[in-house]
Amino acid sequence: MSGLRRKDLLGISELTPDEITLILDTAQAMKEIGSRTVKKVPALRGKTVVNLFFEPSTRTRTSFEIAEKRLSADTLNVAIATSSVVKGETLADTAMNLEAMNPDMIVLRHSSSGACHLLSRICRSAIINAGDGLHEHPTQALLDAYTIRERKGRLSGLKVAIIGDLLHSRVLRSNIHLLTKMGADVWVCGPPTLIPANIRDFGVRATSVIDEAVRDADVVMLLRIQLERMEGAYFPSLREYYNVFGMTEARLKSARPDVTIMHPGPMNRGVEISSEVADGPYSVILDQVSNGVAVRMAVLYLLAGSGGQEGAEHEEAA
Amino acid sequence: MKKLLKGGRVIDPANRIDGTCDVLIDGDRIAQVGRDLPVNGATVIEIPAGFIVSPGLIDMHVHLREPGQEHKETVATGTAAAVAGGFTAVACMPNTVPVNDSANVTALILAKAREASLARVYPIGAVSKGSKGELLADIAELREAGCVAITDDGHPTSTAMLMRRAMEYAGMFNMPLVEHCEDTSLKADGVAHEGFHASALGLRGIPGACEALGAERGILLAELTGSHFHVAHMSARQSMRAVRKGKEAGIRVTCEVAPHHFTLTDEALAKPIPYDTNTKMNPPLRSDTDRDAMVAGIADGTVDVIATDHAPHHYDEKSVEFDRAPFGIVGLETAVPLTFDRLVHAGHITLPRMIELLSCNPATILRLTGGTLSAGVAADITILAPDLRVTIDARSLHSKSRNTPFDGWILRGGVAATIVGGRTVYSNAAAGLTV
Repeated sequence: MSGLRRKDLLGISELTPDEITLILDTAQAMKEIGSRTVKKVPALRGKTVVNLFFEPSTRTRTSFEIAEKRLSADTLNVAIATSSVVKGETLADTAMNLEAMNPDMIVLRHSSSGACHLLSRICRSAIINAGDGLHEHPTQALLDAYTIRERKGRLSGLKVAIIGDLLHSRVLRSNIHLLTKMGADVWVCGPPTLIPANIRDFGVRATSVIDEAVRDADVVMLLRIQLERMEGAYFPSLREYYNVFGMTEARLKSARPDVTIMHPGPMNRGVEISSEVADGPYSVILDQVSNGVAVRMAVLYLLAGSGGQEGAEHEEAA
Repeated sequence: MKKLLKGGRVIDPANRIDGTCDVLIDGDRIAQVGRDLPVNGATVIEIPAGFIVSPGLIDMHVHLREPGQEHKETVATGTAAAVAGGFTAVACMPNTVPVNDSANVTALILAKAREASLARVYPIGAVSKGSKGELLADIAELREAGCVAITDDGHPTSTAMLMRRAMEYAGMFNMPLVEHCEDTSLKADGVAHEGFHASALGLRGIPGACEALGAERGILLAELTGSHFHVAHMSARQSMRAVRKGKEAGIRVTCEVAPHHFTLTDEALAKPIPYDTNTKMNPPLRSDTDRDAMVAGIADGTVDVIATDHAPHHYDEKSVEFDRAPFGIVGLETAVPLTFDRLVHAGHITLPRMIELLSCNPATILRLTGGTLSAGVAADITILAPDLRVTIDARSLHSKSRNTPFDGWILRGGVAATIVGGRTVYSNAAAGLTV
């Protein structure tokens, strides 16, 4: 198994299809580790990983931390509330201070698009993007792809409909890059107020007619609708949103019979998705969470080194 | 003390001069322009073949940052950048700390300018007290102190009513209202042009309509009041259309375009350096269609002025997340090379048109005495080297700030020397001319 020939994972947009396949294949090996009695391999022994989170996150941070621990890395969680901005330290200064302690990797979650690019220019450490503003959330798209591949055996040729708040979604952007690179037929759907400008230039089909998006879909992915978006006049009410765009069993009838339902979480039941669909037989929402650990282990492992000592140790262990 | 500039191509559009001429400077004034003028004891300066002798260039949109933000720029460093960029005069914006809404602030700026003794400085006063958009500033007092126009630049004038009153009132002195055109509700928290690149990078968008709404509002009020409305730093094709229609209708509207808006597009947000905060300005770098519309408007005469919107910011302020960085880039020292390279050598405009845009027209709009080489006027002269190979080097700028997206660019055409009031205030060693 060879590593990724890059220092950082800033986004899916910079990855080649081969690199994506490498990560997904590696994740498959990693998933097995999580099912053992002793869920630990020494692949990242002696490596220091800092989880630097400027936004509240339970799922992503926990998932990274479990992944790091299963690989035997020394992990450190730094959660910085917005109060540090009041204190006046810049992101660059925070990063340089951490860097002075010589970590091997920094997993960054930040509310500003491009924050990971800023860190990658400053830091020798590998930067892993755990979500930057409205830009990308690459490990989410990778775990989504892993989950789809697990279900369907492929990504190429599938019709994937992504429905919800497209404008404010970094998950959308990463998924569009990944799925189009891997040959899927991507449809995006939401009210016109929540569709990013020039979305068709990304190589996707865009519609505000939900039945067009769902018809014959192999995968339907719902994105979170945030309550505060009503204040920006993006839509009139949650009730009206649900009436027009909410994913119900009735709406799902036009999809393929073996349709897979996905949601990156956290879900708003009764807004973008009905409980019957979320808890129904086609939902893989909890599989996504499980697979998140394996995919993040793969990313950490592949960025830690291409081959080398750790790689050899891992292969023994795996 | 007489100087004779001998043998350059003199271009003085206001006097319809374009040809090989001599320019005789007597003290701080221009004495005579003509062919083969007698030396008569003057110091002779041979202008190399191919060089242009132009009336001094005027940048009517500059932020000198003094008083209050001297860590970004001072009147001294800003005017040093101006003369190095070929500008013999600049008009400076009132969004200082405190705002230039009183004779005291205007007087301070002018005193600093006299002390620096480089480029001439023409302050532009605020429309409203504190630029807060509520009460009119003391416009008569500002004019008396030396202000040449009014603006609440940095922001649009708060309401249509305040703009109407300001235009009516300033119209009494024939002062233009210079407007940062923007509908703030439509801009919201936008940081980049709304389009593919902002969408891909996850940056909140500012559509062209946001600027055009401000331009349309001002043009309608210029029609209502009969006063002179000037659109600052125009970037959107919709605004260009509005100005073109306004001019066709005989409304007193003029406009300026900044070099970055006729050169760059929003693609610069993504490459060569993704999220480079030196590509963040307001109005933002727009689509290639908008950029082409700026070039077309400059070529067809719709655009009156090239002005830089020189907006220095300290390195610390720009070394942050894109959405937290301040808007703006420095422009004084890159304007002439960009205009030569992108407009003149690219075949869009002639040299006389370049000089109209950079000298005569800003003088006319602000009612300044410069912009010509007429006998008797102040000897403000820029000597241009159209074929000089210029490499932009951010570290060697005269400005206190380095925030330019053009670092490392190689351009054809530059400044050879800058003369203000008969005195050489800048000469470019690379051009090989000693004035």
